[in-house]
Order: sequence, then C-alpha cells, then structure tokens
Amino acid sequence: MEIYLIIMLVLMILGSVHALHTKDLISTVISLGIVGFGLVISFLILSAPDLAIVQVVIEIITLAIMIAVIAIATFQLEKKQWRFSFVFYAATIVFFTFVVLLVSSRFSHILSFFGHHTTRMADIYMKSAADSGSANLVTGIILHFRAYDTFGEATVLVTAVTGVLTILRHSGKKNKH
Amino acid sequence: MIPFVLCFVLFMVGLFGVIMLRNLIKIVIGLSIMEYSVYLFLILIGYIDGGTVPIISECFEQGPYVDPLPQALVLTAIVIGLATKALMLSVAIRLYKHYGTFDIREMNKLKG
Amino acid sequence: MIHPHGLTVVAKKVCQFIAPAIFLFGIYISLYGHLSPGGGFAGGVIMASALVFQVLVYGSLLEKLRKEEWRLEIAESVSIFSFLILAVLGLLVAGTAIFFGNFLPVGKIGNLVSGGFIPIGNLIIAIEVCASISLIFLALLIYKDEE
Repeated sequence: MEIYLIIMLVLMILGSVHALHTKDLISTVISLGIVGFGLVISFLILSAPDLAIVQVVIEIITLAIMIAVIAIATFQLEKKQWRFSFVFYAATIVFFTFVVLLVSSRFSHILSFFGHHTTRMADIYMKSAADSGSANLVTGIILHFRAYDTFGEATVLVTAVTGVLTILRHSGKKNKH
Repeated sequence: MIPFVLCFVLFMVGLFGVIMLRNLIKIVIGLSIMEYSVYLFLILIGYIDGGTVPIISECFEQGPYVDPLPQALVLTAIVIGLATKALMLSVAIRLYKHYGTFDIREMNKLKG
Repeated sequence: MIHPHGLTVVAKKVCQFIAPAIFLFGIYISLYGHLSPGGGFAGGVIMASALVFQVLVYGSLLEKLRKEEWRLEIAESVSIFSFLILAVLGLLVAGTAIFFGNFLPVGKIGNLVSGGFIPIGNLIIAIEVCASISLIFLALLIYKDEE
C-alpha cells in the first residue's frame, strides 16, 4: 500500500512544480488538475470513499471556474515571472531544502510510524457508533456528534456566496436615474 | 515516514509559489496546492495498516476501522476551500478590470 | 469560451436526457447517506454539477439566466433557515435539552428509516450546497458576459 501512495505523491509534486514554472496560463490550470485528481486516487488508497466523491466533483467545477476566469485575459505571460532577483530565488531554494531536512529529522521523534495510529477520541467514536443510529460512521459524526460544526460550515458557505455576489455586482444601477 | 516527508515537500512547493511569483493567478494556484497538502496530511495521520472503510455492514469483512474523525473534518474543509477560491478569483477579476493586468508589481501605483 | 447560443442540437438533446438523471442520482446519494458512502455534501455537489452541465450546453443567454437567478437565492436562504429550526427543535423537544439533540426515534442500524433526523439533515445540507455552488458559477458567468 505504501508504494502506491509514494508514486502518487511523486506525481503530484512533479505536477505542482510544472504548474508554477510554465509560461502559459492554460497549462498552469490543467496542471492543477493533475494535483487534484492525484489527490482523489490517494484518498481511495487510504480508504476514504466519501472524500473521493466530493473531491472529484469539486475539482471539475474548480477547473471550469478557473478557465472561465482566465479567458478574460490573454493566455501568454510576459518574460519575467519572478518577483525578486535570481540570487534571492537560489537562496530561497537552498533555505527551503534546509527546512525540509530539519523538519523531517524531527518527524521521527514526534510522529509514529505510518500505519500505526494512537488516539483515544477515535476509539470512543467507534465504540459508541450505534448510539447515533447510522451505519456510516463519518455521517454519524458530522450530523450527530458534531452537528454544530456542520452548521458553522453552512454559514461560511452562505457568507462566501454573499461576498462573491457583492463584489461582482454590475454597476448599472446608477444609470437608471 | 516517507509519505509524511513528501507531503511536507508539496506544502513547501506551494509556499514557494505564493512568495516568489508575480502573476495573481499563480499565487491563487500556489495557495490551492498548500490546501491539498494539508488535506492529505490529515488523512495520512489517521490511517491504520489493514484498516477497512468505516461503514458497519455485512457486505464486507469488518476488521479494524480507519479513523473516521479526520475524514469528517476534511470533508467540510474541501467544500469551504472551493468557496474561498471563488472569493479570491472574484477579487482577481475586479483587479484586472481596474489595472488591465494580472501582474502584482504594476498594481503598486494607486489609480482612480 | 462559453458560447452564447450553446452547442449543437445533438448535444442539447443528449443533455435533456442526462441532466435529470444526474440530479436524481444526487438525491439518491444524499438520502442513503447513513448506509453507504456519500452523505449531504457529496449529494449536494453532484446536484450542482447537473446544473453546471446544463448551463455549459445550453449557452449563457443572458436574459433567461438573469430572470431565474432569484429561485436559487431563495432556495439557499430557506434551507439554511430550516437547518436552524431543526436545531432549535432539538433543544425544545428532546428529553435532555441539548442543542441539536436527536428527537426522532433511532431505529435498527441498517434500515432506511433509522438514525433520528440524519436523513432530513442530509437532504437540507444537499439543497444548501447545491444552491451555493450554482450561485457562484452563475455569478462569475454573468459578470463575464456583460463585461
């Protein structure tokens, strides 16, 4: 199981590096699709079918929205696409490599091995799953034990939609008078 | 151990894109890559070797279940991520209509 | 990018057959959310994808879409208000007076009618998510067309 996960993660890293280095805007958006659909297969390998369904459909809608947004501009970028100079770019890459090595050497002390899992809250949820009355444990958690978080999520969605409708309001109201 | 390190490398790639790039659309894509890596990390923490899908049913064998609590948290986070991406893109459309470009270095001059 | 008059007649006829089937599939996944993988969020986004599919095939004729946008806004507001009413009912009716308490009987695990108000909650969340995502897509589309 672990080898398939490592292959999918390497594919996602290659896709994301290509998405940030290319000069064409359409290729960038399609390379984001590589990362998103690789995430779907990773969720299926890790036995999470609810998340795979939601991530597939949301990734398709995200790609449609992004192509509709970048169609208002030209698809080619100008020649320089970095904010700072080349020296800063090389120094940032060296610094990030150093940070990755430092953190991964600390991981072996803090995190347990992959596949062995030690939490206490999950045991309580799995033992008292029959109290909520649903065979699907994830649905029982989000609608019986933690229904307040689902209510908060619905509120965040409504607020975001109100924000989008306000920002993109057409400014034709002033011409009516 | 290797999946955790690769997940952290994906996070660093996204962070590099947010800091160093000039085009506004690429900054939004870098933020999106960071979100994907966090979702994957939360699910990786809760995986058990030989675990099955967390559904009580007599159709398949019931071994130890995979942890259902991080799955419930990430399920909500995926849908909220779409809403924040749409909000960022609507602000990007407004900026393009006002300045004529997606380049953030040209947007330093106050206009209008 | 999105043609103002839509695609050819063949695509429109195929869409007439398929889009209601996708919508019905979304309702099925959200109603059986306590027995098989799925639930409110998965059913809601599948219903939204049926509406997005219709807009992509039939084109973005501006007057028709602008006239019918108020139905989605009303659906979204009514569904989140009814979710709040469901929560307050749990506070008033249930024996232990908890916010979001389960006040309907919990039956045998594995039946379709079981688990308190979990099927009702799934349906309300599905309508809310479908209306929100469709409204986001329509807002970006209408702005793009009128420049």
